[in-house]
Amino acid sequence: MTLADVVRLLEAEVLVAPADESIKVAAGGAADLISDVLAFVAKKNTLLITGLTNPQVVTTADLLDLTGIIFVRGKKPGQDVLKMAQQRGLPLLRTHLHMYEACGILYKAGLRSSRADQDDDNDFD
Amino acid sequence: MTSTNSYDLSLPVKGRCFVTAGQAASKIKRTLETFNLPPKLVRCAAICAYEAEMNIVTHACRGQVGLRVTEKAIRIVAEDEGPGIQDVDLAMKEGYSTASQEIREMGFGAGMGLPNIKRCADELIIDTYPNKGTRVEIIIHLQTNGG
Repeated sequence: MTLADVVRLLEAEVLVAPADESIKVAAGGAADLISDVLAFVAKKNTLLITGLTNPQVVTTADLLDLTGIIFVRGKKPGQDVLKMAQQRGLPLLRTHLHMYEACGILYKAGLRSSRADQDDDNDFD
Repeated sequence: MTSTNSYDLSLPVKGRCFVTAGQAASKIKRTLETFNLPPKLVRCAAICAYEAEMNIVTHACRGQVGLRVTEKAIRIVAEDEGPGIQDVDLAMKEGYSTASQEIREMGFGAGMGLPNIKRCADELIIDTYPNKGTRVEIIIHLQTNGG
């Protein structure tokens, strides 16, 4: 799956565009707690699905080398967050869908979980 | 780099400042990326540094996060001036947190900080003193089998 596929599937708006729309999204994870994100993301090319829009979510994504973030329920972060993401080359999307719906659509389309015990070929090494 | 030729870095952390929160961990990650270390270990160190930094931001007045890289290990030391940890055993349990509602609303205070560090680190040493502060030492080995 690519980021362009995510945009299409979730009817998303691109807030910060990726350098390359064909960038691979190999796994997904959803959380509204930063420590949960730090605990569960064990895959490369992970997309974070969240309702958090504060600067720390960008810092977290940067530290974990996430592929991008999609904000649910139409949430839009402030200019400071958009600027941080631009500076870090981190794609940001938003969808009007709720987290449960966004997760369900992506899972049904084949996007795997970012859990460490699934699809081990894609683990960090 | 040899064990006698170490690299040291010390970064100040402001308590209760969520604008600068994460900057020390980001700097540590960027620094480690220049050492040609296994990406998985850099990632573990970044998670440890971030959780330790956020503990200072969330609970303490001020503190610092230090990094030492030697041939054998990555060592991260987070020291703060703050209330200390009342019950370390409880703090090590997933889900236990003393963070305020305000901090939880920002996505922190999930009670996963120290458990996350323990999961990523080879060694974790916590020294805490009531109403004085806490020192958290995290060691990630770079060599296995005594090599």
